[in-house]
Amino acid sequence: MHGLSTFEPKNGFVKWLEARLPILSFAHGSFVAYPTPKNLNYWWTFGAILSFMLIAQIITGVVLTMHYTPEATLAFSSVEKIMRDVNWGWLFRYAHANGASMFFLAVYIHMFRGLYYGSYKNPREVLWILGVIIFLLMMATGFMGYVLVWGQMSFWGATVITNLFSAIPIFGNEITTWLWGGYSVDNPTLNRFFALHYLLPFVIFAVVGLHVWALHVTGQNNPDGVEIKDVEKDCVPFTPHATMKDGLGVVVFLLLYCWFIFYVPNYLGDADNYIPANPLKTPPHIVPEWYFLPFYAILRAIPDKLAGVIAMFAAIAVLAFLPWLDKSPVRSAKYRPMYKALFWAFVVVSIGLGYCGAMPAAEPYVTVSRVLSLLYFGFFAILPFLPRWEKTLPVPATIAEAVLAKSGKVEPPKPEPVKAAPAKAPTKSTRLWK
Amino acid sequence: MSTATPTPSTDETSRRDFLYVATGSVAAVGAVSVAWPLISQMNPDASTLAMASSEIDIGAIPAGQIVTVKWRGKPVFIRHRTADEIKAAQDGDNASMPDPATDKSRVQKPEWLIVIGVCTHLGCIPLGNQGEYNGWFCPCHGSVYDTSGRIRKGPAPRNLDVPPYAFLTDTKVKIG
Ligand code: HEM
Ligand code: FES
Repeated sequence: MHGLSTFEPKNGFVKWLEARLPILSFAHGSFVAYPTPKNLNYWWTFGAILSFMLIAQIITGVVLTMHYTPEATLAFSSVEKIMRDVNWGWLFRYAHANGASMFFLAVYIHMFRGLYYGSYKNPREVLWILGVIIFLLMMATGFMGYVLVWGQMSFWGATVITNLFSAIPIFGNEITTWLWGGYSVDNPTLNRFFALHYLLPFVIFAVVGLHVWALHVTGQNNPDGVEIKDVEKDCVPFTPHATMKDGLGVVVFLLLYCWFIFYVPNYLGDADNYIPANPLKTPPHIVPEWYFLPFYAILRAIPDKLAGVIAMFAAIAVLAFLPWLDKSPVRSAKYRPMYKALFWAFVVVSIGLGYCGAMPAAEPYVTVSRVLSLLYFGFFAILPFLPRWEKTLPVPATIAEAVLAKSGKVEPPKPEPVKAAPAKAPTKSTRLWK
Repeated sequence: MSTATPTPSTDETSRRDFLYVATGSVAAVGAVSVAWPLISQMNPDASTLAMASSEIDIGAIPAGQIVTVKWRGKPVFIRHRTADEIKAAQDGDNASMPDPATDKSRVQKPEWLIVIGVCTHLGCIPLGNQGEYNGWFCPCHGSVYDTSGRIRKGPAPRNLDVPPYAFLTDTKVKIG
């Protein structure tokens, strides 16, 4: 069995190409015949939205590069020139700057989706870790892109973030000097950030390739968290079903994106970044872009420099260990009442941290961010013990059963113990259409 | 044909093993000698290293004022301290602080405090005559320095650094 339909070329040229580079059958297998679980909801459209945003960032970025000058005395004015003189320059810059925000919004939703439905569990650990790597690369890219504008926030954000490395014992200062190419953030720093900001999105592109490859080996998770048992009953072909659904998701997301670009293009930015960088004056209130705020709050919550830096990086690194921290055999939060409550608490804590990160380093925000940082790590600390106390709900035996139960065509599954239920490597039948 | 008896590879080191190890070693040396320039090119270049020292005329700075000058791309604070500020700094010598130092060890002449104006936490520029000790206050994450530039409160681990400097005359100082 080959999935839900087969690729049988009739056209002579296609046959000729197939014999030499089977790229069309590969694309057909991955994006047309590829079996998608019947029960996917709209949270599953964020993968497509993210792919769209990556392409949008690359296209607008290449356009900006054609008019941008990576030199400390010229960078700021070249960005202003893009805004005022270059044909449609304002559109490309606003699309790129807000595109970064939209990209992060989508990735956060995508990650919370994975968290809620247990998508990181066996057999999708590698898929999840590749996602964490993409997230890290995105953070590096977004940070360096923001520096390119060479406004006050660019400069002082760069100073504060690169100084994080000076917390490393013994070699800290040498490493920071090496990163800067000087004794402070200056032209050499801007130059290398520009080179890396151009490079990293293509590295992201490659890792996304691996991410999708891993996805196509294990198959997609789904809202009920049960593996595909019978491709015919549990799945629909990617095209037209997922293509159309993803298309709608992208279009709705585009509406939000366009609203930012055309109505509030500077809402997510910082007014201080319209002041050229001044190495002799720190703005009174340094805030990173919104998508870094929760981590920034954790950094500031800890009164010790090295410990603060470690905690901040640990807050991201801990995500990679999630597949081994969560020991419950049930994937989806739908059937895990305690985990579900904990998940929503975690969402609130993360947003709370983001809020504190935007506030000045004063009371009550310091104490609040300390409490929230503890809760953030507490979430991960409690996961291994959760199965001891949690009584999970009965999980449907198959995706088809879950779908039919929802539409009322079939009795909901009888309560049965679910100890050994999902979390298994893909069965033979699910591997067939890979 | 050949009369040579092929020795079955036992624990004896063969010619081939030797060639493997030798090839591997050359490759490793090659990799390191390529990696070194790749890493080193990112360090400060010759023009940055050659950045000259700065001479500053301090005659015109009235007591109580802080002047900021640029040295190696960084701000340096030259603070003409008042008698009260000197006294506050010296009185603080025995207080407990994260990076203990006497005021005397941080100045050449008590009236002139010269420090690098970069917060030792994450590199912001602290604001003068502010904070609990009226020395400096860093707006970024709330580090408080006293009138000797010593860290008294907040996340910064070290006192403000003292750059190398020398008084050329009573009114002229050379930094660097
Ligand atoms: C992962 C994808 C990317 C992200 C998240 C990203 C993020 C950013 C951000 C946040 C800025 C600052 C925007 C502002 O405030 O004006 C920026 C600027 C810039 N980016 Fe990107 N970028 C990405 C891809 C690219 C690519 C692929 C290129 C070039 C090929 C590029 C070229 C530029 C240039 C030239 C600027 C400076 C001009 C400006 O600020 O508008 N970017 N980027
Ligand atoms: S940089 Fe001064 S307190 Fe953080």
